[in-house]
Order: sequence, then structure tokens, then C-alpha cells
Amino acid sequence: MSDFVAQFGVWGGFGMAVLQILGFVIVLLLSLAFLLLMDRKVWAAVQMRKGPNVVGAFGLLQSFADFFKFVFKEIVVPAGADRTLYLLAPLITLILAFVTWAVVPVAPGWVIADINVGILYLFAMSSLGVYGIIIGGWASNSKYPFLGALRSAAQMVSYEVSIGFIIVTVLLFAGSMSLTHIVEAQAGGFWNWNLLAGRALIEDGWPMFLVMTPMAVIFFISALAETNRPPFDLPEAESELVAGYQVEYSSTPYLLFMIGEYLNIVLMCAMTTILFFGGWNPPIELDTSDWPYLVSSLWYFFWFAIKVVFFFFMFAMVKALVPRYRYDQLMRLGWKIFLPASLVAVAAVGAYIVYGAQG
Amino acid sequence: MLANLAFWAFSGVAILSALMVVIARNPVRSVMFLILTFFSAAGLFVLLGAEFLAMLLIVVYVGAVAVLFLFVVMMLDVDFTELKQGFLSYVPLGALIAIIIAAQLVMIGMTWQASEQAMALRAAVAPDGMSNVEALGLVLYDDYVYFFQAAGLVLLVAMIGAIVLTLRHKPHVKRQSVSAQVGRDPKTAVDLVDVKPGQGIGE
Repeated sequence: MSDFVAQFGVWGGFGMAVLQILGFVIVLLLSLAFLLLMDRKVWAAVQMRKGPNVVGAFGLLQSFADFFKFVFKEIVVPAGADRTLYLLAPLITLILAFVTWAVVPVAPGWVIADINVGILYLFAMSSLGVYGIIIGGWASNSKYPFLGALRSAAQMVSYEVSIGFIIVTVLLFAGSMSLTHIVEAQAGGFWNWNLLAGRALIEDGWPMFLVMTPMAVIFFISALAETNRPPFDLPEAESELVAGYQVEYSSTPYLLFMIGEYLNIVLMCAMTTILFFGGWNPPIELDTSDWPYLVSSLWYFFWFAIKVVFFFFMFAMVKALVPRYRYDQLMRLGWKIFLPASLVAVAAVGAYIVYGAQG
Repeated sequence: MLANLAFWAFSGVAILSALMVVIARNPVRSVMFLILTFFSAAGLFVLLGAEFLAMLLIVVYVGAVAVLFLFVVMMLDVDFTELKQGFLSYVPLGALIAIIIAAQLVMIGMTWQASEQAMALRAAVAPDGMSNVEALGLVLYDDYVYFFQAAGLVLLVAMIGAIVLTLRHKPHVKRQSVSAQVGRDPKTAVDLVDVKPGQGIGE
């Protein structure tokens, strides 16, 4: 935004930033509509069904039909609900899901706010996602939503801890908290991605992939738990809690909850991509310095998008294939396995940075 | 211009929501206003150029501490009308304490003299050419590392204390052993018995 201010003056720069944000939001929502369809199609394919195939060719317009269905229904606020907080909760979920995207770099220079604590901002905002769920569950003034909200609060707080430590390992490698720097530090080919940490092996002879590959797996699993996706969807376990914190929600507030939830899922895919899979870097680096600006940007954006879609596909496959965890197993996994493992990883990466890395 | 506007907005919201924490009728709403106060404080930190502290404030206070607050407050079954009844009788005492504290603060503020060096450093959060993460790290882990470790030990003692107070060893609880469950196979789990007709499995 400061570039815009220099170029267009204060209010002009402000307007340009708003336009940029609006464009980003529209692209994000449109791609979300098709990702939602993909989620349902993948799930259907695993169960040998056809999935949505009536609205538009191959059901391509299904999400838009659903959108209109949600919006035209009546908003029902249960008796005894805390009206303000009840309607505020889905808004909180949605807004937090959107503001988090402000720091995600999708191609070189293509980021709304390149702040130098970007990764912390991401972590902070995604840890706030729990508020929408707790408030929604409490304000519904109903038993099942409240139980779902409490479960979700405990679950998200638990898995945040290991996510935090995994993020520390990555930012030790990059030596910076800026997401752009983290991605740039992984340039030069797929062996330099944090998943394989090839630079440590080639230049210093430290096999850091032994630490980072498990960390990538743990991060992915924690991301599943953090977004309340199956197999960790205990806050909305339909066999125990009907639909958890969403029981009393209908029409547009429910739609906002759902959009926020899926935005968070796509965000977690983007985070996995940025932290471990090189962000916008293609697997084999080509020299793009003499390409036109737009073409090279789109080339990098293509690689970012394809990785995000791949991880979204993985999310959908996990949903289709893995049975739901029991609550005590979930807590055991988070506190007794992931937390110690990620702590050891932080120590190992720290040892490499101090004793192994050159320069 | 924009920064000034943001400062007034953040500080105004911070003061108003801090007030609402005290006067809101519903404790859950009080916690919500507390969260809003934290947010505005984080915004003020960003305006000062201390973005690392701002993010930590959100991660630690809003993301963890306030969630626990909310957790506890929601579980409590508080009768609000009963809670409000004794309120007025405490007003004189509360007002007295507030006036004394305000007077003390004013007296300190009038007589405080900061050195010129400190006044110059007021707006510069980090030295030039250094991100404030780096500056904070140098202060915490190089200059004052022993104090930092000592503070950590204090927290450790508090944690051990909490565990000791709540830990109960129950002798007859059947605990789940995950490795034993996973390690079961047909040989150890299934017992094949050849039952003769008309006899059953008599023990």
C-alpha cells in the first residue's frame, strides 16, 4: 500500500488498495465455488457416486445454485439466543478467514500486504478462528452447539501449539518471518523446498530432510485438526452432536460459516504450500528474467495454484477415506506425539543453524 | 494523516471497549469487549512500529488466554440479577479507590522526569537497520538471558504446583494402553474352544 501512497497520494493510494482487495476477494470467492464442487465430486467419486451433476455442465454451477438457495431462505434465530452474538459469530468466522489472506504471496510481488511478520500474522489470525465457533455455539443457547463449541475450543488450542513449533522450524531455515522471504529461500528447484531441505544436505552435509519431511506431514495433519476437517471433525460430529456448533444456524448465517470454514481450509493448503513446498517456485527453476512481467507472474502463480489445489484434493481424500477419531485419541495425538516431536525438530533445526550452516 | 486517524480510532475503541468490559451486564460480552481492547492495543503497537509485539499480543492474549477466559465464563452459571444487586452498595468504596489511584497517577505524571536520551528513544522501537524481532531477541536472549531463564523457572514452579495440587493417583482405574491395543493379534486375542454338545464351557 505504501507504494500506492507514493504513486497516487493518500486517498488515491487508499482507493487503489481497496480495489486490489476487492479483486482478490472476488477471485478467491469464485475459485472457492469450484473448489467446493471439487470437494463434493472427489468425495462422491470415492464412494462411487456421481456427485452434483444437474446444475450446469458436470454440475459446474452447483455452488452458485446453493448460494442462491441459502440466501433466499429465512434467517431463524432461536428463542433465548443472544441475538447480537448469534449473528456476529458467522461474521467473525468469515472476516477472519478473509483478512488472513492479506499476507499470502501468490506470485513474486503479488501480495496485498508484504509485512515482515507475515507468518506470525497468519498464525495469529488462524488462531482466532476459534472465536466464531465458540461464540456461535454459546449464543445458540442450545446443548449440542455448546458441546460442539467447547470441543472445538479445546481441539484448536491444542493443535495450534504444534503448528506454532513447526512454523518456528521453517522460519529458522528462512531466517525471516516474511512469507515472501520464506518462499524466496526455497527457490532453485524442488530439492531446495523445506520439505527436503536439500541445501542443508548439499552444502553442509546435514540430512535435515529427516526432520523436515516428518514436520510437513505433522503440519498437514495439524491443519486438518485446526480446520475441524474429518477425521478430526469432532465439533460437528453428526453421529454424536448432530451438527455441533452449527445446529441452530440456517440460511445466510450458515452460508457465512461454511464459506469461512472452506476459506480456512484453502488457507491451510496455501500455508502448507508456502512453508514446505516452495510456494510459487516451480519444481525445476527456469530462467524467467526475459519473459514479459505478466507471463512470468502467471507462470509462478500457476505453480502456487496447482500446489494449493493438490493439497485441497488431499483434504478431500482424507475426508473420504479416514474414519473419525475418538476425542481422547485426538488429544493424545496432539499433546503426546505432535508436541514433543515438533519440539525435538525445533532443537534439531536450531542445532543445524548454529553448528552446521555456513555463513 | 492516515496514521493519525488510525491512532485516534484505535485508542478511542480501546478506551470505550475497556469501559464496556466493566459495565457490560453479561460476562461473556465482557470478555468479548476485553478481546476488542486487546485488538486495539495491538493496533497501537503496529502504529508504533512494534509489529512483532502486536502479533504476540494477539497470539498469546487473544488466541490463548481470552479463549480460556471465555471457556470458563461460559461454563459458569451466573445469576446476573443477583450479581447486580449488591453493586450500588460498593460504589462509594470503588469510587474512593479510583480517586486515590487517579491522584497518585497524576502526582507521578507531574513529577516524572525522563532523561533526554530516553525521550529520544521513545518512538524508535528498534535501532536502525534492525527488525524489531532481532532487537527484542538481542535484549531478551543476550543482554538479560539470566533474568529470562529465572522468569521461565518461576513459571515452571507455578506449573508444577498446579499439577501437584490436582494430581490424584487412583489405584483401581483401568487405563487404556494404546500400544497393547494396537499390538493385539489373533493369537493373543482369540481363544478357540472345542465345545462338546450338551456340556457348554464349564469353568
